[in-house]
Amino acid sequence: MPTMLEVTGLNHRYGKGDGAHVAVRELSFSVDAGELACIVGPSGCGKSTLLRCIAGLIPPTGGSVRLHGDEVSGVPDDLAVVFQDYSRSLFPWLTVARNVEFPLRWRKLSKQERAERAQEALDAVGLSGVGKKFPWQLSGGMQQRVSIARALASKPALLIMDEPFASVDAQTRFELEDLLRRVQREQQSTILLVTHDIDESVYLGDRVLVLSKSPATIVADLAVDLPAERDQIATRESAKFVTLRGEVARLLQGGPAAPETAAETSDEATATADAAEWEATEEAAAETGDSAKEASH
Amino acid sequence: MTQVTDRATRLRSQAAAGISGFARNWLVFIGAVAVWELATRLAASVFFPPPSQIVTTAVELWFSGPASQLFLSETVFDHILPSIGRCLGGWAIAVVLGVGLGTALGRSRTGMEYVGPLFAFFRAIPPPTLVPVFMVLFGLGPGMQVATIIFGAIWPILLNTVDGVRSVDSVKVDTARSFRTPAPYWIGMVVLPAALPKIFAGLRLSLSISLILMVVSELIGSLNGIGHELISSQQQFDFPLMWSWIVLLGILGYGLNAVLLTVERRVLRWQPTRNDDG
Repeated sequence: MPTMLEVTGLNHRYGKGDGAHVAVRELSFSVDAGELACIVGPSGCGKSTLLRCIAGLIPPTGGSVRLHGDEVSGVPDDLAVVFQDYSRSLFPWLTVARNVEFPLRWRKLSKQERAERAQEALDAVGLSGVGKKFPWQLSGGMQQRVSIARALASKPALLIMDEPFASVDAQTRFELEDLLRRVQREQQSTILLVTHDIDESVYLGDRVLVLSKSPATIVADLAVDLPAERDQIATRESAKFVTLRGEVARLLQGGPAAPETAAETSDEATATADAAEWEATEEAAAETGDSAKEASH
Repeated sequence: MTQVTDRATRLRSQAAAGISGFARNWLVFIGAVAVWELATRLAASVFFPPPSQIVTTAVELWFSGPASQLFLSETVFDHILPSIGRCLGGWAIAVVLGVGLGTALGRSRTGMEYVGPLFAFFRAIPPPTLVPVFMVLFGLGPGMQVATIIFGAIWPILLNTVDGVRSVDSVKVDTARSFRTPAPYWIGMVVLPAALPKIFAGLRLSLSISLILMVVSELIGSLNGIGHELISSQQQFDFPLMWSWIVLLGILGYGLNAVLLTVERRVLRWQPTRNDDG
């Protein structure tokens, strides 16, 4: 598979001099075409900065981003972003169909082709009959599906998703995860998805890139060798899944990758990692990390 | 069977709600007119003719024309339509200038910093005081009146537009940027729709200002128009006539506002909160 996205030595610093905050440091990775790569990292580690640099929304202070071989400066043509906050990302003054048509407005397409492509995208996310509604008339999960359809309608070379399922309830989240994997395989899209949820990154990804605490660097690049057909219950129960999520959790804690350790400590590490995941602040995460170390002594 | 009775009950309750809504809206108004009629008849003052007399004068004044003119009298063509034309013309120019300038200034990072104090100063000048200035500049006539209306009506539109176009949600900004939205689509499909609720608030305010300035400018310096007729009827001690012009201004203000509200409701149909009352 050819390389779609290549990030080399990416650095981003906010501010100048001593007071500067380094958000991303010497970060390198690549994503192949047709791959679904998940980036998982603790809260506040610089995930959003990383995404904004890759999407060309902010120029990085160092390093380079290449999309299908072309150096990215400014937002590239064939890229789409799905944001976490669907209610703020969708345009409330446009109907669902017109929201999905939005990125096609300035392309050389006839009105009918445009409508057809929007309809295709809505069909792909299972929202065939709601084109004439306004986004606020739909549930949260449906709204996020609309913004996924809008991103797909523009047929991007790279689809970037910034914590896309963090604002929906658990049930809807499972549905959307399966929908995303299905659509990704059907359309052979290349997707880079950022999440703070360890389970989600393992369940969704063909690959999981684990980020360190701020400043963000890649601490591990794990291939997820789960079958392509995944099932919310069976996959999450499988030994491979449990081992992988344990490994990711341990890496997020800052510990060494040791997949063959006793099940007990692995469970403990995941439990603390899960707790850490919900603690918004880094201090809280650091504290639980310390107590976990103490417990293992 | 039950469905039919259900529908009948629903229709009846809707009709009842409609009647009670109408009563709520107009009962006090009708009562006030009745009290006015009674009080003016009892007082029998020449300065305060009863409403019935005002209405008779007004109907005579406006609808005494030939059938070929839809019974509209010469007064309508000589005074009322020119007045409305100047009011709406001046307002329309203020809308175009205000929204255009406001969008440019609001989306520019530093624009308002340069012109903000200037605007604050101009806005603080009561527009009627500029009538003498515009009289010197444009002479007596429509030019002066339209200039006065534009100067008074532009500020609420301009400042509300600046405010509105600045309030575009940061996630929508990022969304539009991530699709590489070209400028015309960015302004037309994202910035202006986002600003529309605020722009409409400015439009309503400026429309009533336009009507006020239309009358004021005509009272001071005009050869025709509602304000001109109002002041000349007063000078001729024709009080029923004077009052009928005042009533006309009330009707005009109410009507223009109602039309604008209808337009606003249609244009802002997408707003979730609007659907409840709609």
